[in-house]
Amino acid sequence: MPFVTWLKRHLVVIAGLLTLAYLLLPNVIVTVFSFNKPKGRFNYEWQRFSTHAWKDPCGVADMCGSLSISLQIAVWATVGATILGTMISFALVRYRFRARGAVNSLIFLPMAMPEVVMAASLLTLFLNMGAQLGFFTILIAHIMFCLSFVVTAVKARVMSMDPRLEEAARDLYAGPVQTFLRVTLPIAAPGIAAGALLSFALSFDDFIITNFNAGSTVTFPMFVWGSAQRGTPVQINVIGTAMFLIAVLFVLTSMVVGNRRNKQKA
Amino acid sequence: MKTTPDNSGDVRLSGISKTYGSFTAVHPLDLTVPEGSFFALLGASGCGKTTTLRMIAGLEEPTTGTVRLGEQDVTHLPPYKRPVNTVFQSYALFPHLDIFENVAFGLRRRGIKSVKKQVEDMLELVQLGEQARKKPHQLSGGQQQRVAVARALINHPKVLLLDEPLGALDLKLRRQMQLELKRIQTEVGITFVHVTHDQEEAMTMADTVAVMNGGRVEQLGSPADLYENPRSTFVANFLGTSNLIEAEVDTKNGDDIVLKAGGGKLVLPEARCSAPTTAGGKVLVGIRPEKISLTHADDAGEIPDGRNRLTGTIADASFIGVSTQYVIDSPVCDELAVYVQNVERDGRLVPGADVVLHWSPAHTFGLDAAQSLLAGTVGSAGTEEEAAA
Repeated sequence: MPFVTWLKRHLVVIAGLLTLAYLLLPNVIVTVFSFNKPKGRFNYEWQRFSTHAWKDPCGVADMCGSLSISLQIAVWATVGATILGTMISFALVRYRFRARGAVNSLIFLPMAMPEVVMAASLLTLFLNMGAQLGFFTILIAHIMFCLSFVVTAVKARVMSMDPRLEEAARDLYAGPVQTFLRVTLPIAAPGIAAGALLSFALSFDDFIITNFNAGSTVTFPMFVWGSAQRGTPVQINVIGTAMFLIAVLFVLTSMVVGNRRNKQKA
Repeated sequence: MKTTPDNSGDVRLSGISKTYGSFTAVHPLDLTVPEGSFFALLGASGCGKTTTLRMIAGLEEPTTGTVRLGEQDVTHLPPYKRPVNTVFQSYALFPHLDIFENVAFGLRRRGIKSVKKQVEDMLELVQLGEQARKKPHQLSGGQQQRVAVARALINHPKVLLLDEPLGALDLKLRRQMQLELKRIQTEVGITFVHVTHDQEEAMTMADTVAVMNGGRVEQLGSPADLYENPRSTFVANFLGTSNLIEAEVDTKNGDDIVLKAGGGKLVLPEARCSAPTTAGGKVLVGIRPEKISLTHADDAGEIPDGRNRLTGTIADASFIGVSTQYVIDSPVCDELAVYVQNVERDGRLVPGADVVLHWSPAHTFGLDAAQSLLAGTVGSAGTEEEAAA
């Protein structure tokens, strides 16, 4: 049976391709429908090809405003969570202090807790404090849940770091600041970068926690949710496709740069 | 590259100690390492040798005492302000930098701009010129080791500290690197302080060896001196193998002490005895296995007078090419080790044969009987091999 032999030989590849298709199909649909010209308000049925949405991505009222708010929150949440998370990671790995064990487990609570519960309790907290719901309450909430992801990523990296590397740097005339900038930070960088990327993605598309604590502020996911009930503008697909392409471009660039660097070294 | 002998490369430790909570890693210690010498700190793990080294490097602050380099007191200087560099155990090369940048690291931190020539010269010295643009993980263990040495030496430190630098290498490469390091040290003339648990490594490379045990220096001297004249059972057992026999002081005869062991008498030069000798007191008599000759009991008459003798039975014999190692069952000691060079082999010397062991009194050493006979025997792997070679 030549077919069975062929199947056996290529089973892994076929399984891989199927999985890839499973992962990519939704993105493909989003992209295809960004070129649609829907008849009614809903962009759920293919009518005919058009690029009008791409030519006028901000043509829908309030959409680009919400996108800008989401991007700002994501950037600041990433910066905040990455800096705090990196410092927490170093503290947890390098120092022995009281309640270190407790902090170590508590930091992972936001990851384990159902998001909706956390959203509700945060809202309670903000209301009791009399805080004005909006940009800053969203930001505080995002930094909080991004923290545990940053700590997870950075801690693993710092733990596997040989303390002798820093001793070697100090031995080779590097003061504390130089040691940190020249040795500690570059070695921890992949972990920090991973934590930052995760934070950005998580913050950008968070809906539940944001929805509870947004007040009258509307982020992009909230906008999509809101419009999905009244009609879906094609521009949403345009933004989605653009985000996807930017992410892919980002990954490809880093891969090409990495490869070239390795080739130069070898 | 030789430094002028102004003693600025001396390392002087006075009364330094280190305690962690209730644990004392290093007891107050005085030590002077003369400039330009190759000095080894030898001991089993946990004996305080690495802590001592780290106090010289500045990576550990001494609880008491001072560290001086030449006349300069560096006790409270941070490591990056000391003219001392370290070759770390498992090298600690910076994984994110290539070999060139690893070696240039110290120069750049001191603000030296044109490093290219110096780094290239240094990489030539350690024969790694071709590898300059590789990352550390792309090199073999031996090459990484040489990078670590180059990275430290390029700074022309007053003192180079080596913390078990050859521990991660296999035996053959280790031998090769021992010679290499010794060559480099002779070439640059910098003071080397080398920490190791390998007695053979210490003896091959160092001019002076300090044997450490339990946070104290047990004995200090040249390798030959330590081997021939150990002053404690720890040193006797940790460096090579020793036979230790319990004996009782009988009389003194000029410069010699006459001892009673079992039924016979043994002679020990008083100068080679580190224990107090009062008549009737106990002493441990030590003799290295290769100093003992074996004669079959039938030929006992042929042994010249004036030699120390013991009788025994061969319990075991193992032929290892260059020599034969015997284990002798004797009334004074259960397991006496004897190594005989295979020059003319006596076919009668097989397990079960009665033999006479004899050696020159001058090779005998005496130790205080109040110590453990087994001190220093654990963890001293490779000792048999060393003594047989």
